Amino acid sequence: MSKILIIAEHLNGKLNPSTARCVSCAQAIKAAAIDVLVLADAPDAIAAEAAKIAGVSKVLAVANPASAHALAAVYAPQVVAAASGYSHVFAPSTTFGKDVAPRVAALLGVAQVSDIMSVVDAHTFTRPIYAGNAIVTVQAPADQTVVATVRTASWPAAAGGGSAPVEALTLNVEVPSHTRFVELAQGSSERPDLQSASKVVSGGRGVGSAENFAIIFKLADKIGAAVGASRAAVDAGYVPSDLQVGQTGKIIAPELYVAIGISGAIQHLTGIKDAGTIVAINKDAEAPIYEIADIGLVGDLFKIIPELEAALG
Amino acid sequence: MKILVGYKRVVDYNVRIQVKPDGSGVVTEGVKLSANPFDDIALEEALRLREKGIASEVVVATIAPADAQAHLRNGLAMGANRAVHVVTSEAIQPLTAARALLKLVEKEQPQIVLLGKQAIDDDCNQTGQMLAALWNRPQATFASKVEVSGNTAKVTREVDAGLETIEVDLPAVITTDLRLNEPRFIKLPDIMKAKSKPLETLQLADLGVASGDTLKTTNYAPPAKRSKGVMVKDAAELVAALKTKGLL
Ligand SMILES: Cc1cc2nc3c(=O)[nH]c(=O)nc-3n(C[C@H](O)[C@H](O)[C@H](O)COP(=O)(O)OP(=O)(O)OC[C@H]3O[C@@H](n4cnc5c(N)ncnc54)[C@H](O)[C@@H]3O)c2cc1C
Repeated sequence: MSKILIIAEHLNGKLNPSTARCVSCAQAIKAAAIDVLVLADAPDAIAAEAAKIAGVSKVLAVANPASAHALAAVYAPQVVAAASGYSHVFAPSTTFGKDVAPRVAALLGVAQVSDIMSVVDAHTFTRPIYAGNAIVTVQAPADQTVVATVRTASWPAAAGGGSAPVEALTLNVEVPSHTRFVELAQGSSERPDLQSASKVVSGGRGVGSAENFAIIFKLADKIGAAVGASRAAVDAGYVPSDLQVGQTGKIIAPELYVAIGISGAIQHLTGIKDAGTIVAINKDAEAPIYEIADIGLVGDLFKIIPELEAALG
Repeated sequence: MKILVGYKRVVDYNVRIQVKPDGSGVVTEGVKLSANPFDDIALEEALRLREKGIASEVVVATIAPADAQAHLRNGLAMGANRAVHVVTSEAIQPLTAARALLKLVEKEQPQIVLLGKQAIDDDCNQTGQMLAALWNRPQATFASKVEVSGNTAKVTREVDAGLETIEVDLPAVITTDLRLNEPRFIKLPDIMKAKSKPLETLQLADLGVASGDTLKTTNYAPPAKRSKGVMVKDAAELVAALKTKGLL
């Protein structure tokens, strides 16, 4: 029977919703246990949050001053020590999970399955390649630990209301001091989080400047949406890099995605394919974004956005 | 110091890849191949570190079939001093790549290994992290800024929450993100010069690495299609359509 260990992602003492999405994926495997591992300097509050996720069997809380920041080189040996006896180790395919999971896999001497989209059986999964233009079915060996990242956009967050026991765990592992945290420059957090928001308004190169992006933010605020961007908009310096949506940015699945002044390159589209409803606003009727948009409106964004705001009342 | 750069050849990012009707793979015959864009960024960063006098030598390495020589010559034309071609006829998985790169690291003793954060064919995003683990050295992934001073590097990383800065002792593995730099274009005279630069050829089978290719791909499928959308004529119609769907 499978026993699955999920590496919790957290920041500033709060559990990231990606952890509950990993639990959903783990539930698709008929597992005997789904445990969550919390590595932190002060894990208690985070562990208490993880314990509330329905489907979690047990939360393992490992307090260690060295774990104050999520450094892969510090986390990986601890995960390896905690993973003995588990058949699977899962992490979200966020920048956190992408950083730490391969390090865990290599220390265990096993391959990693990146970006699980669906579970066929305990060792067989589907995942995207070529910017999502092909979906492969991969089979991991049954006699090795399966280390995998979970494509968070493919999985709903598991419900709350659980009450799993929390166990304090001490791991006797030496962690390296060769990697040191310096600082984290975080974007403003007043708006909904791009990765978990139910609505997202994104702007592309067509928006034209950082100043013009104010109209995207204003529209987003009006409908309670998070703000995203294409690579071109980020490269041009209109918005910070953590807003980039796509193959090499964030892969998201909001209920509503509004793409404004974005052409719809494959690298962008792969980041939004799982969105519920895609709206495209572009002045070029031939733009590839219309191939996947559910609702399209052709025209100049500088004329349409004010009209939209008026229509929204 | 020496910098080793991982330089993979992939299907060009402009190609819209097609899945074979029988699900046995994707069509790669006659498709344009290019350097993985993230690896071009890695090579560019190494060259800039050399131009700043921080690095003295830049070595590009690839693990690829015999016909990838021209690809390595491009890396040399961009400015690398030397190239190492680890020849294998089979496509390999990240764990094998990391094990092979570790052999090169042991031989070359670089202070920095620069790799792309992911290859845009398999989109795995694993090799740099795996190499760092096997080498027991730091990893600084998704770099958008690299500052080397003495025996440490300060690296700014593009993470979901914003920009994180870490400091790592060298030697270390650094993987690149899109904003690190804009790779230079190759000039014609450099292509000529590259022809005489050293290109070493090794056989993967001779490196003595255990294969980590344990994942079996059993099927390739095209992605699910989204159903055809509708066009609306103005903002009012758009708002009405969204309200009908309960999205506003
Ligand atoms: C390795 C690699 C990774 C990449 N990863 C990503 C990624 O993760 N995410 C991503 O987004 N891209 C990514 N890209 C880039 C991608 O290929 C495209 O270049 C990018 O998505 C284009 O952004 P855009 O649509 O904003 O710009 P453009 O393609 O320039 O499109 C701008 C659009 O705005 C429209 N427009 C202009 N003015 C107006 C106006 N006044 N009103 C209405 N419409 C207007 C135009 O008609 C046009 O369609 C990647 C590329 C590579 C090579």
